[in-house]
Amino acid sequence: MDNLEQLVQDGLNAVEQADNLQALDHIRVEYLGKKGVITQQAKTLGKLSAEERPAAGQKINEAKGQVEQAINTRRADLEKVAIEAKLASESIDVTLPGRGQDLGGLHPVTRTLQRIEDIFARAGYSVEQGPEIEDDYHNFEALNIPGHHPARAMHDTFYFNPGTLLRTHTSPVQIRTMEAGKPPFRMICPGRVYRCDSDMTHTPMFHQVEGLLIEKNVSFADLKSTVEEFLRVFFERDLKVRFRPSYFPFTEPSAEVDIEWGREPDGSIKWLEVMGCGMVHPKVFEHCGIDAEEYRGFAFGLGVERLAMLRYGVKDLRMFFENDLRFLRQFR
Amino acid sequence: MKFSEQWLREWVNPSIGSQDLMDQITMAGLEVDGFEPVAGEFSGVVVGEVLSVAPHPDADKLCVCQVSDGQQTVQVVCGAPNVRDGLKVPFAVVGAVLPGNFKIKKAKLRGQPSEGMLCSESELALSENHDGLMELPADAPVGQDVAEYLKLNDITIDVDLTPNRSDCLSIRGLAREVGVLNSLLANAPEIEPVEAVHSEVPDIRVQAPAGCPRYLGRILRNVNLQAETPLWMQEKLRRSGVRSIDAAVDVTNYVMLELGQPMHAFDREEIAGGIIVRMAAAGEKLVLLDGQEVELTPEILVIADHEKPVAIAGVMGGENSGVGDKTRDLVLESAYFDPITLAGKARQFGLHTDASHRFERGVDYQLARDAMERATWLLMDIVGGEPGEIVEVVSDEHLPKPRIIDLREQRLASVLGLAIHRTTVEEILSRLGLHVDKLLKDGWRISVPSFRPDISIEEDLIEEVGRIYGYNNLPVTEPTGSLGLRARDEAVRPLSAIRNFFVAQGYQEAITYSFVDPKVQQLIDPEREGIALANPISADLSVMRTTLWSGLLKTVVHNQNRQQPRIRLFETGLRFEKTGEGIDQQPMLAGVVVGNQVQENWVNGRRTADFFDVKGELESLFRVLGIEIQFLASQHPALHPGQTAQLLRNGEHVGWLGSLHPQVQKNLELNGTILMFELFLNSIVTGYVPNFKDVSKFPEVRRDLAIIIGSDVAFAQVEHVARKHAGEHLTALRVFDVYEGENLGEGNRSLALSLFWQHPERTLNEDEVHSLFNGVIDALKEELGATLRS
Repeated sequence: MDNLEQLVQDGLNAVEQADNLQALDHIRVEYLGKKGVITQQAKTLGKLSAEERPAAGQKINEAKGQVEQAINTRRADLEKVAIEAKLASESIDVTLPGRGQDLGGLHPVTRTLQRIEDIFARAGYSVEQGPEIEDDYHNFEALNIPGHHPARAMHDTFYFNPGTLLRTHTSPVQIRTMEAGKPPFRMICPGRVYRCDSDMTHTPMFHQVEGLLIEKNVSFADLKSTVEEFLRVFFERDLKVRFRPSYFPFTEPSAEVDIEWGREPDGSIKWLEVMGCGMVHPKVFEHCGIDAEEYRGFAFGLGVERLAMLRYGVKDLRMFFENDLRFLRQFR
Repeated sequence: MKFSEQWLREWVNPSIGSQDLMDQITMAGLEVDGFEPVAGEFSGVVVGEVLSVAPHPDADKLCVCQVSDGQQTVQVVCGAPNVRDGLKVPFAVVGAVLPGNFKIKKAKLRGQPSEGMLCSESELALSENHDGLMELPADAPVGQDVAEYLKLNDITIDVDLTPNRSDCLSIRGLAREVGVLNSLLANAPEIEPVEAVHSEVPDIRVQAPAGCPRYLGRILRNVNLQAETPLWMQEKLRRSGVRSIDAAVDVTNYVMLELGQPMHAFDREEIAGGIIVRMAAAGEKLVLLDGQEVELTPEILVIADHEKPVAIAGVMGGENSGVGDKTRDLVLESAYFDPITLAGKARQFGLHTDASHRFERGVDYQLARDAMERATWLLMDIVGGEPGEIVEVVSDEHLPKPRIIDLREQRLASVLGLAIHRTTVEEILSRLGLHVDKLLKDGWRISVPSFRPDISIEEDLIEEVGRIYGYNNLPVTEPTGSLGLRARDEAVRPLSAIRNFFVAQGYQEAITYSFVDPKVQQLIDPEREGIALANPISADLSVMRTTLWSGLLKTVVHNQNRQQPRIRLFETGLRFEKTGEGIDQQPMLAGVVVGNQVQENWVNGRRTADFFDVKGELESLFRVLGIEIQFLASQHPALHPGQTAQLLRNGEHVGWLGSLHPQVQKNLELNGTILMFELFLNSIVTGYVPNFKDVSKFPEVRRDLAIIIGSDVAFAQVEHVARKHAGEHLTALRVFDVYEGENLGEGNRSLALSLFWQHPERTLNEDEVHSLFNGVIDALKEELGATLRS
């Protein structure tokens, strides 16, 4: 049994010198395996008396425990080193750029349109669409612009033939929606419109959003709040808004809307025209079969490119339709 | 409409500055577009008198003049053709500063000393005229500051009037409006009838009373048209943007600007027999005052004599009957022409005159006589002459009817959102000249004056009250209304979801014009004819697009020319096609891809995008939309014949995917492999609402096979046959390898497929799977001639 202490000491020394998990496993087999030198000591118990056996057995177990614990500790140490080595070998340069598809982007006009639609949709306005090649009736007649009307000259219309044209505004969509439904109405009509005009500040195609609200009891004062709130929500600023009397054949009273946009050299407010609006003209109601005594309505219209230019600081209207990627990519 | 502030202030002079005045009229709905000083900035220019003129000893074209500035006489060298003894001219003395900071100093011109400069209009920035010296009237006080003498402390204000406000196309109308805004009365000139001194009257017959309900004529005999228009009138015309011609024309223009009535003066000598107002006969010709010969049509209202047309009514006079230096007797015209008859007629001849502008918008139908008297009085003052009686031909039934409109107090309040006090309303109405005929129980009965043709219904009156009360003084209230919910179809994906999908796939959205270059479109879509615009802005924007590719490919050219090798674009919008009955306007979704599939990166990324990249993206889109699409090999004139797929949904054509045909690509000067797709939006946006099925708890079985098959057999056929024989429990079929190589024999390729089976209620046994799998293999062999690859 004196031999046991020596075996334990040999085992502990061997464990300490094991420098990898495989060597450690050999040591475990050599000392603690079925045929291990310490395990084999149990065979000597048979030679002992029944009184001596328990104490001797306990000693052998203690010896096994001692070596086993040393092996476990050593194994944990070696495993830790191995993991650390593996991690060290796997480290990457996390600052290299990622791979894959880069992001595209929406056209700034779409971005602006979606923002406008979103603002009005949250107030319960529906979004209506209509044809872009329109007939004279829906683009003009039904909007109280008969053939001889001087306002037609304001529109610079593209024609296909005398009765067919490219819509000059999205108001015909309102007419079509009113023809097809029953009041009350609360809608906006976004889309492409066309005017036969092309220079620094005009493109022959541009986008408008026109809005219409028809209820039994609605007033110019309600129109004012809708327009003012829209402009403040859109520009995210508490800007000053003013209403200037104007003329549109399809509204009466009619107004143009100016917003405060910086200062003039003399310090006075610089006003910028951004929208047109008014109360729906009784003739328009008549054309759509709506009783103007029972219902009233307001309508407003705005140019999307103009708002986009103001919002994003674009200086040249024509850039919107060149579709130069270096321009478009700025609106991701 | 341009007008002089000073002239307006002669009529009504509120005690506010120019800027405030302009702000005020802008806010009343007469938008001021801009203003400019009536002269350049200068100092040291006085009324000078040329005392003597002698030729310059050393220069043919110069004169040496002695000029008085009122205090002393100095020598000035001058080259103007109209310099002469006794002439009064603007004289810039030594020390004067002319517009452009041009300082006048003592000088020598070809050896002769010159102290100061005699000025033309252009040198004072009064006009462009530099033909000669500006001639001042003989009674101009020598030595007086010219700016003071000409009252040059004035601005020309340009108002951009809306077409309804024809009443403000005159100083009279503007003054009325400014008077209303400032509670002031406008001073109109007194207009007295001129007494006739002879009994000669024009013979006037109106054969087209609907177009000309009122026509007045008067003969003014023995006028002297060599008389100069007085400076004050010339200045008012100039400051209103109207050129001075001769006294007769100037007076008619002056009356038009002052009162709003366009007038015309004929040379009586040239009027054969008398005046007939009639519709033109087809083919009649007339040379207009601007020298252009026009051919008339029966819709054109003309003033004619007994032989020929002499003017287009309300537009422009004829050259033959116009007045000139030699004219002795005038026939003056003052008429009311019907706006609808005249609408668009000037434009038909490429004209837009001050007269047509006013008549088309509506002139005061009661104004013609006052204007005639005013013009006669002014003419007699300038060119002398003997007035005759006025002949007036009027057709009451064709004149506009006096309008009586009821304004309800309740309606006024509910439209404006404010109950304005009755007395305020009445005050506003009466200041506008809208006469309250009668007080009604619930409002007012208003008679509309003849100068406001734009007011015809109650809403017009409401607008007037609101406008003068001030839109910005009206309250701001939130609208109230029904809060009903709207239908929302869950199976339909919104357009925004489709757009966002493409953005996430690296596509940039484009918006291109709906009208395109027919030559480009012809290359891409030769089978369909684009609908042509009658009045395109240019030839390359002259037909409507039949495909969104027309605009997108042009955009690719634009960007490739700007060093952008990698382009991924999409667009949504209508395309236009003629159909039997009309025009089909279809919302489309289209895209183009060229360049690397992904942005070049540090591992690879240099692979050019190919058909299957874009097909994969579209397949992802279709999964997003919840729809199934079949791709069928097909042909399209714009696409590569071996790389074109027609897209079908339940057998219905929904679009195209392919690479651009190399020939088309060459013709369009495009680089690289260009992949394109176009889909009918309406055919793809409706997917399905999910419907839950139990998840099978039993294992899925996979079997792989590789076959060798003719390259001309489409994978879709293989899939079709395999699925047909794989039984109802096949859950998936995938292709995991496609290989072509010499070892397979020419015209062959190998396809490796995996098939997955799963039963919802039990485990499939080995025999079942084996038999299904063998069934598939046998069918592929028998139906498609496949062999198993070992």
